[in-house]
Amino acid sequence: MLAFLIRRISQSAVVLLVMSLLVFVGVFYIGNPIDILIAPDATPAEYARAVHELGLDKPLWEQYTIFLKGALHGDFGNSFVYNEPALKVILDRLPATLELAFTAMFIAVIFGIPLGMVAGMKANNWIGRNIMRFSILGFSLPTFWVGLMLIIIFSVQLNWLPSGGRGETVMLLGIPVSFLTLSGLAHLILPATNLALFKTSLAIRLTRAGVQENMQMDYVKFARAKGLSETRVIGLHVMKNIMIPVITVLGMEFGSLIAFAVVTETIFAWPGMGKLVIDSIGVLDRPIIVAYLLITVTMFIIINLVVDILYSILDPRVRLGQER
Amino acid sequence: MSTPLLEISNLKTHFFTRAGVAKAVNGISLTINKGEVVGIVGESGSGKSVTGFSIMGLVDEPGRVVGGSIKFKGRELLTQSVEEWRNFRGNEVAMIFQDPMMTLNPVLRIDTQMIEAVRTHEKVSKAEARKRAVEALAMVGIPSPEERVKAYPHQFSGGMRQRVAIATGLLNRPDLIIADEPTTALDVTIQSQILSEMQTLCRKTGMSLMWVTHDLTVIAGLANRVAVMYAGKIIEEGAVEDVLDKPLHPYTEGLVGSVPSKNHRGEPLYQIPGMTPSLINLPEGCSFRMRCPKATEKCHCEPPVTETANGRRVCCFHPNL
Repeated sequence: MLAFLIRRISQSAVVLLVMSLLVFVGVFYIGNPIDILIAPDATPAEYARAVHELGLDKPLWEQYTIFLKGALHGDFGNSFVYNEPALKVILDRLPATLELAFTAMFIAVIFGIPLGMVAGMKANNWIGRNIMRFSILGFSLPTFWVGLMLIIIFSVQLNWLPSGGRGETVMLLGIPVSFLTLSGLAHLILPATNLALFKTSLAIRLTRAGVQENMQMDYVKFARAKGLSETRVIGLHVMKNIMIPVITVLGMEFGSLIAFAVVTETIFAWPGMGKLVIDSIGVLDRPIIVAYLLITVTMFIIINLVVDILYSILDPRVRLGQER
Repeated sequence: MSTPLLEISNLKTHFFTRAGVAKAVNGISLTINKGEVVGIVGESGSGKSVTGFSIMGLVDEPGRVVGGSIKFKGRELLTQSVEEWRNFRGNEVAMIFQDPMMTLNPVLRIDTQMIEAVRTHEKVSKAEARKRAVEALAMVGIPSPEERVKAYPHQFSGGMRQRVAIATGLLNRPDLIIADEPTTALDVTIQSQILSEMQTLCRKTGMSLMWVTHDLTVIAGLANRVAVMYAGKIIEEGAVEDVLDKPLHPYTEGLVGSVPSKNHRGEPLYQIPGMTPSLINLPEGCSFRMRCPKATEKCHCEPPVTETANGRRVCCFHPNL
């Protein structure tokens, strides 16, 4: 287990290094941020000074070395726009995104898995078929459209829920969260539902496929032949087998939930990282873009590691550290 | 003799598929007495496994028991409630399956799977249930059972897993064990070990055994009585030595004839011509008549059951009497 962790961490370091290089070079070639940042009527002298101040007159390799040195100390440079450390700007927005992602995942799990189990066991009756129809919709309707529809129905027409923003937040362990206040919860429901829709459909399909596959297995028949109640056969025997693929896939998807909450955050004006990075790309705020991508990659790495560990807990046939 | 342990009469289990009704078990009658070892032989698709599942009330969709009766210790099983079925399974009759790689849940430890089998039928403590599990494992010849009981199924070999499955079946001291080809997936050496252990177990505990197989040689060494199934019917039944030495039904004769023996080394093996008929579209009358060397016009009608000495029954117009 320890050997596994050490190997994974060193692999992750290499991934991060390569990633940082790619992103840095990529962003360098996208365009010159000075053209956007500086007033159009600036003199060439002012222009040259701005370029020099931001260190953009140095060759690419030198810029990268400076960045790398800073990054090792946790300094990704100052945002061109906010004139604050890029890392701080992003971390300020992180709790909002994490809260949204966790809520969406929570919704996906508590609705998706039970619905999937019902759909798997009642595959041929109307309940099962309707659940599958719903999941097809969840899969195929574009997120932005569903988001707009949710706003039109629940905010504009019914006037039940607010259409944007985060509402009141309270501090929980030093992190601002909105799900503990009524106003915050009201603001959270729509964007979280919007974000959860796709993952719920995914959970339904994974669980359904798992139920259908596992119910055919001899071990289910053997468990029944032992005289176990149907609750135990499904709740323990089948469930534990299904959870292996479900946790693996949903775990991986959780990373993308955080990284790609962009659309939902933009529609619901949710003050998270996704909205920040879209704005930053618009003004070529390089430090933010680079720091954001590196944080996202780090999160993916951590999530995958957690998934691998969970996997080995759930499936006794998998033993970590014995690969190769 | 008192009431038999298991009494099946005219059992019919049909599968309602899209292509039609498959008559997997089509009116069989069979009696198993206490302490008896009965072999059920037949080709794949002859309905022998479905017979076992019908007794357990575990026929899968789209199958259903559509007629007949199964009496256990004089009690009708087919009208039991769900809860009565649950109490019955594993407690009075246990079943073990063909593929030991698949019958144990891969993600649960052996002790979990054995303890739950005890505790679903009897209110005993976990420790007590575990003790019984360890004893059962020792009984089927698993070395150092106290440690092995904590293992996962994948840490056992195929033969060991089948022993675990058998031990699980023994936990509640059932009166009957239905074994659905439990040695088919195993090495011949392991097979013979398990067979001899099963024999000893039956003798020791007085439990009955219904051994479903397509292997006549297994039956020869294990069973007291044998029932030969063909296309959902029992076509011949009797004491093992009688049936194997002097088969009455042409099908049994064919089966016995196709077993390799050292007296006919080098000669081509006998084959029964043709194939098992589709269960959806069974021929009228005797379902073996298309392949039968003795078939006549008469065989288009339902063949009669002839009873002979020593409790032998045969279902044929032209038995080798």
